[in-house]
Amino acid sequence: MFVIKYIKEVWTAVRSLLKGMKRTLYYFTHHKEIITQQYPDNRDTLVLPERFKGEVVMPHDENNEHRCTGCQACELACPNGTIKVIFKNDLTPEGKKKKAIDKLVYHLELCTMCNLCIEACPSDAIKMAQTFEHSVFDRNQLTKILNKPGSKIMEGVE
Amino acid sequence: MYRETEVIQDLATAGEGDMVINVGPQHPATHGVLHLVITLNGETIKKVEPHLGYIHRSIEKMCESLSYRQFIYVTSRMDYLSAHINNHACAMCVEKGLQVEVPPRAQVIRVLMDELTRIASHELWWGAMAMDLGAFTPFFHAFRERESINDIMEETCGARLTMNYMVPGGVMHDLHPNFQQRVKDFLQLYKRKIHEYDELVTGNIIFQNRMKNIGVLKAEDAISYGCSGPTARGSGVSSDIRKLYPYEIYNKLEFDEVLETGCDSFARYMVRIREMQQSIRIVEQLIDNIPEGDFQAKTKAVLKLPKGEFYTRVETARGELGVYIVSEGGTTPYRIKFRSPGFSNLSVLDHIARGSKIGDLVAMMGTLDLVIPDIDR
Repeated sequence: MFVIKYIKEVWTAVRSLLKGMKRTLYYFTHHKEIITQQYPDNRDTLVLPERFKGEVVMPHDENNEHRCTGCQACELACPNGTIKVIFKNDLTPEGKKKKAIDKLVYHLELCTMCNLCIEACPSDAIKMAQTFEHSVFDRNQLTKILNKPGSKIMEGVE
Repeated sequence: MYRETEVIQDLATAGEGDMVINVGPQHPATHGVLHLVITLNGETIKKVEPHLGYIHRSIEKMCESLSYRQFIYVTSRMDYLSAHINNHACAMCVEKGLQVEVPPRAQVIRVLMDELTRIASHELWWGAMAMDLGAFTPFFHAFRERESINDIMEETCGARLTMNYMVPGGVMHDLHPNFQQRVKDFLQLYKRKIHEYDELVTGNIIFQNRMKNIGVLKAEDAISYGCSGPTARGSGVSSDIRKLYPYEIYNKLEFDEVLETGCDSFARYMVRIREMQQSIRIVEQLIDNIPEGDFQAKTKAVLKLPKGEFYTRVETARGELGVYIVSEGGTTPYRIKFRSPGFSNLSVLDHIARGSKIGDLVAMMGTLDLVIPDIDR
């Protein structure tokens, strides 16, 4: 009886190993089912979904105008102190002083891409961009100013 | 971490001919930075002592300085393989305090995302555990299916691992228009490929011999050590929070609590394999029945919880996660405590490893499914 049990065990063992080998051999001969992508070579064809959270950007239109009113909602919503709004005083055509943003400083090195600032923004001034290759040699380059130089707020955005 | 005096003390308690070795903090088999100090007699394990603190980031204390909207993103960094479920627990706890009713559509989306996360987490565990035992191929097979889940997450939530998709009152965005089709494609792929898992690993004689009767955890020990999730269910302890304390819409869904009575590593393995199929069942029930409506309840811009204590629990891929918030009525919590499943499951390692060979330690750790940032927080 022991011999029969022993032979049975050997038989099931060999069969289980062959079963796994068969699967391996299947993929060895079916190259089309391999799904690996060679990353830096496929940059041209790589399409990221539009919701992908890469970094915060501020869209400007053709007149170099943005929609940011400087309400600081994003600054308050950010858990890491990533965004800092710096103000200046603009002169309106009537000669009155008006508060406007000077710089919207964005620290990419502190950002965790949690999307809370974009949710908080009441005027849709900032959005997430689909870039993801953020590595630089100097960390100072990661501190960005989101509004372009000379830009001003769009007409009608309050 | 492990001071010199402690090493000497450990050596002093070790008997004649015993050896103290360190596994980790940087060891490929510990999946992170777990530091185990193992006392050996020859090849037999006499004692396993986990030393924690290497990846301690003080998440609980950090949460106390953040508002109720902000602290949720931090919890993705605890158990990063079931980030959705962690966020879900926190969002649920805040909703409990605010007395907010979550819209039905948001509830369904949450459950769908939770179950997809659970499948992805078990896939990664399966591949990583087979790799611990020396089989490299299963890792790539597991990542093929996991990749398609990650793509679904990327499209809807905007991130692949730390999504921050659950917010108090619902979810952050509505589902992507492609979501249903992508999930159906994934279900088809999964059903076409699931038999490969059994062919490659489960039926393999080497794997079975290394798993059966190794790391035996009796039901009463599982209860007394506070194990939960698949670790406890492998010992036949019913501990599925989705069944015992149903949250969201789980009481309306048809699924079985997976129980195995083998008590060994193989039973814990089988629980996770079968649990993936139950998650597939839940996703199949919900994917065509997503109700229309709001995806987020209306909440105030600044959330203030009333004075009191709030506790919720959910079933993550590893076990029971509890979130305990003490509020003083302000905008930030007074105290937050997370009851993480990994910590209790790790504490049982010493118990099940004593007396077995050092080669089996990695297999036992694999079936406990340890995620180190979850243990240390």
